[in-house]
Amino acid sequence: MKYDVNEQGFYGDFGGAFIPEMLYPNIQELKSSYREILNDNAFKKELSGLLKNYVGRPTPLYFAKRLSEHYGTNIYLKREDLCHTGAHKINNTLGQVLLAQRLNKSRIIAETGAGQHGVATATACALMGLECIVYMGAKDIERQAPNVSRMKMLGAEVRPVHSGSKTLKDATNEAIRDWINNQDDTHYIIGSVVGPDPYPDLVTRLQAIISEEIKKQMDGLPTHVIACVGGGSNAIGAFYHFLEDETVKLIGVEAGGLGVKTDKSAATLALGSRGVLHASMSYLMQTSDGQVIEPHSISAGLDYPGIGPLHAHLHDCKRVLYSNVNDHEALEAANRLMQLEGIIPALETSHALAYLEKMTFNPTDKIVINLSGRGDKDMSTYINAAT
Amino acid sequence: MQTLKKVLETKKEGLLNIYCTAGYPELNDLPTIVNALHDAGVDMVEIGIPYSDPIADGETIQQSNAVALKNGITIDLIFEQLEKCNKDIPKIIMTYFNPVFKYGLEHFCEQCHKVGIDGLIIPDLPLDLYQSMYEKLFKKYGLSSVFLITPQTSPERLKYIDDLSSTFIYAVSSSSTTGKISGINTSDRYLSGLKDLGLQHPILVGFNISTSKDLALVNQHAQGGIIGSAFIKHLRKNRSLEEACHTFVKQMMND
Repeated sequence: MKYDVNEQGFYGDFGGAFIPEMLYPNIQELKSSYREILNDNAFKKELSGLLKNYVGRPTPLYFAKRLSEHYGTNIYLKREDLCHTGAHKINNTLGQVLLAQRLNKSRIIAETGAGQHGVATATACALMGLECIVYMGAKDIERQAPNVSRMKMLGAEVRPVHSGSKTLKDATNEAIRDWINNQDDTHYIIGSVVGPDPYPDLVTRLQAIISEEIKKQMDGLPTHVIACVGGGSNAIGAFYHFLEDETVKLIGVEAGGLGVKTDKSAATLALGSRGVLHASMSYLMQTSDGQVIEPHSISAGLDYPGIGPLHAHLHDCKRVLYSNVNDHEALEAANRLMQLEGIIPALETSHALAYLEKMTFNPTDKIVINLSGRGDKDMSTYINAAT
Repeated sequence: MQTLKKVLETKKEGLLNIYCTAGYPELNDLPTIVNALHDAGVDMVEIGIPYSDPIADGETIQQSNAVALKNGITIDLIFEQLEKCNKDIPKIIMTYFNPVFKYGLEHFCEQCHKVGIDGLIIPDLPLDLYQSMYEKLFKKYGLSSVFLITPQTSPERLKYIDDLSSTFIYAVSSSSTTGKISGINTSDRYLSGLKDLGLQHPILVGFNISTSKDLALVNQHAQGGIIGSAFIKHLRKNRSLEEACHTFVKQMMND
């Protein structure tokens, strides 16, 4: 596929493995084995069995009748919110836990922002009987309390991270440091299409099932596929099998925070420049001295100053259009979906829904929105916004 | 890199390399620290350019980086401060790839050359990228790239690193973040094997050296040792910088 990673681990100018020597053996082990494991028939059979019977895949592609009437077009929702644990994250964690078993790793570490990836990792580890440690920024622990409790109930240890901005970026740093210090027995499950090669490709492959299903479920090709983008895993999942169908417009929606003209934003492609964060070359929000800027978004899952290298490449070669919406626009879109369709979406997902306000439609358009997660974890934010 | 080469050639054992973070503990402390370390008999210094996301560093150096950034340190200011440092002591800059990349690699190397920097340690700079894109640039400005090796580095890779090196090789005492483990006794076997690796370049050992005993052990098996976290911790506890530098070096060299 023309957008796949090359042998050096790059997508165009982006990607690579900017890792200290201490991590070289781990990355090399993973790089030399992941494709073979993912393509192994027994692995595929075990993973697809779990995705069907445990996760509940395929998730429905639901024609949102009232939302469609509201906008005068045809809108389909890919219901990743109906996955076990309430978001698309489990597609990746189950695959990586099975991979870790084949690499004889008994200890799993992960980072989490909103807690969705943490919960999905804790779930997969409970299922397989593996030790699980989740790094989470102290600020995120405060604002995503229900998910912290869920992880603990599932048997994971949640380690608060107090460095830097105390959010997803810092949790990722801490997970990388843990991996440096515990190489032999540990596998690091990165939650998005970020990190050193081969992670962006590994996570892309595991999330690509979203677009694979959409393609089968849809009568013909959609005109648009829209997804929210933090690191970019649900978006890549929803875009992947349409990348070479050049007629399909692909739209990634970043978190504008209080607005891209303020200093409280997480819209990396609007505000960032080239650089290396978490061991891969991409765009990131940084000062002129190369210090990473602390982002802001109402949604902890999008509160990340970088973006996956494949997204950076798709942006530069203009295959995907990246836009952004603000905190309040996301909240309004969430309310609209609640009232028109009876679905409470995650705050992250609400950013994709809010983009509908910025579009003009043809009555014949077929628009797919990846409904990446459900909003239970965001109830306190929604309640506060309503009062 | 000539100053560094000369020291490596003339002093074949017991080299002491001390790491400090520019901008720490106070914004303009770098020249005072470097000059005091030189007076105290340190053979070379490693100067850390702070980065917001230092993934290879443990808590102590993470904190010194964060404090320095909060103090308002910038790369240009560090180059200004380096002008005020003693010219005779070899100096190596340690930082991460992103600040250098954003600053502009050629401009960065040029500035390093101007202020008499001998070499660079950029732990997250991939070897193949260095070889294909940056080696020529480093050489143009007389900068030696210092690479890390670990107990897990394979023989083929050791050879590759040795071939790309031009002054010394930085062996980490164990595969960990900086200052993670206290003491280096556990890596004794690895240390005693360093001489048998058959590398063309001398080896200095760093990570987790915190006492004179650790340093003495390292000196038995390598040309010298590199101390970072323990020095930063020592600076934290002492008020007079000059005095702190002298007492620390004395403490490490005794035994």
